[in-house]
Amino acid sequence: MGRKLLTEHINVEGIDTFDVYRKHGGYRSVEKALKTMTPDEVVEEVKKSGLRGRGGAGFPTGMKWSFLAKPEGVPRYLVCNADESEPGTFKDRQLMSKLPHLLIEGMIAGSYALGARTSYIYIRGELLYVLRILEKAIAEAYAAGFLGENILGSGYSLDLHVHPGAGAYICGEETALLESLEGKRGNPRNKPPFPAVQGLYARPTVVNNVETIAAVPVIVNEGGDEYAKIGVGKSTGTKLISACGHLNKPGIYEIELGVPVEEFIYSDEYCGGIWKGRDLKAVVAGGSSVPILPKELILKTAAGENRLMTYESLSDGGFITGTMLGSGGFIAMDETTCIVKNTWNFSRFYHHESCGQCSPCREGTGWLEKVLHRLEHGHGSMHDIDLIVSVAKQIEGNTICPLGEAAAWPVSAAVRHFRHEFEWHVTNPKEATAPGAAYRGAPVLA
Amino acid sequence: MEPTTAPTKPQFSPAAQAEIKRLLTHYPEDKSKSALLPILHIAQAEFGGWVSPEVQDLVAETLKIKPIEVYEVSSFYTQYNLKPVGKHVLEICRTGPCMLRGSDELTEHLERITGAKVGGTSPDGTFTLKEVECLAACGFAPIVQVREKYYEQLDTPEAVDAMLNELKSLVHRPILPWEETELPNSLKNY
Repeated sequence: MGRKLLTEHINVEGIDTFDVYRKHGGYRSVEKALKTMTPDEVVEEVKKSGLRGRGGAGFPTGMKWSFLAKPEGVPRYLVCNADESEPGTFKDRQLMSKLPHLLIEGMIAGSYALGARTSYIYIRGELLYVLRILEKAIAEAYAAGFLGENILGSGYSLDLHVHPGAGAYICGEETALLESLEGKRGNPRNKPPFPAVQGLYARPTVVNNVETIAAVPVIVNEGGDEYAKIGVGKSTGTKLISACGHLNKPGIYEIELGVPVEEFIYSDEYCGGIWKGRDLKAVVAGGSSVPILPKELILKTAAGENRLMTYESLSDGGFITGTMLGSGGFIAMDETTCIVKNTWNFSRFYHHESCGQCSPCREGTGWLEKVLHRLEHGHGSMHDIDLIVSVAKQIEGNTICPLGEAAAWPVSAAVRHFRHEFEWHVTNPKEATAPGAAYRGAPVLA
Repeated sequence: MEPTTAPTKPQFSPAAQAEIKRLLTHYPEDKSKSALLPILHIAQAEFGGWVSPEVQDLVAETLKIKPIEVYEVSSFYTQYNLKPVGKHVLEICRTGPCMLRGSDELTEHLERITGAKVGGTSPDGTFTLKEVECLAACGFAPIVQVREKYYEQLDTPEAVDAMLNELKSLVHRPILPWEETELPNSLKNY
């Protein structure tokens, strides 16, 4: 059993209240940072910790913080990205509902490190009930003197607010999020300038995922070096994995990075194996955007080594035989799953969520959905299979935000590893479109 | 014959006005447009689960912005309903992880027992069915959201019946105070 740095007290009765959270060591990092550390020292600890962005991109957090422009007399902002929308990912919702004070504590320590005097938590609009939980916790933190003017007599002041979105996957992209926070449509901005220079209200801004900010208190308390001892190589610390799909025990698991994928799927400590006694067919390991891998390649790398739950091990083999840790949205599919149908479903999602700004994405995602729909329903041709690969290629790299890649990768990977299944839909449409039909042939491994 | 009167201009209730005033303190004074999304949520809850053009104009007036600035936002975000809806809007997640755990079957089942089709409202005006994309509760699939509440693991007819029974007597209030917010069952037993 690994260490639980974020969720150790998640089941304590009343842990969502200030008093109980405080009794379990809550807000120590704020005391330590504000009373004994300079802002730069906090940034330094986060750098040493090796913490990487937990929203999906995995960019080193300390480095992101150090990019923040700090012109004199200009306000700067820390914005928490709580727009959790990547299909397969549901960790932040759980963390915020159960441990609202952990996020608030991280926001205070982080805002102090960055010199922000006003900070925002941008939460997806579907989670209005979580917004209320956070607002209640924030009111408690104000009453206890951890927010507001002159926190703990340190001279540092901070206001923290929660802001809801209203149903738009694209607002998880940081510049779209900032547009939305300014009361506009969620259209991603052209970069540069990056938010670190011109973010919210054109001021220097850092945007971090909920889980990233929630890791700051433990890093401040124990030190970056201690944090970095957990995990493997450049994958330090713990990660929340959202396990879903055809598993016996779907749910949120906090793992030390480095747990073997096989153990994660089959051991009773984690997902407890595939439901209904069935065999595993494929896994999407890091949210719907990352390449799907067949069972053989998710359990072992192409070189035959055990695949581990780390940024490096999951991406071993690049996109030919590997994938990404992404947001940790771990979607398992059993042997009865139709990969064509699933790929069509994902493509429909990206088409629905494309903001429409860049034509390769706006038009391309529509093409993908449409052509995959006809393949799934037995009206496709062999040419259609090459067509979707070609359309995906033309979206990739040609858009101003990563939604284009997110839409393209699942399609390219599905055809790469399950081409026979797509072909079967073309050659045996009757059989392939019968209710409950599933292709049982072997996948393509390399 | 009913006397005809000019349609009255919508007005926010005192509770909503107080909440709007509180929200406006969250943003710099010259950036009050930031409050647009949260105020549209309040407006939708206040005026029957959708935002009519008149209601959107009221929001524009409240924020002292042009009506077009409200329209372009309300039409971008999928949570705002731009047409009248039934008493309860059932938002059914249709994305991959929910589909793997039976969201297609759930949608068919709900169409059968409510008499509403996806995108439409039941003849008695009680239920509107709306398909939505990922609700970030994939481990508890399949899921339906009704206003602020998540109904999870709706993979048996009994679970669906329990939800519909609860909704029968549920009256949506304009603004739900955070003191009364309830956690979905799955979160209680993390």
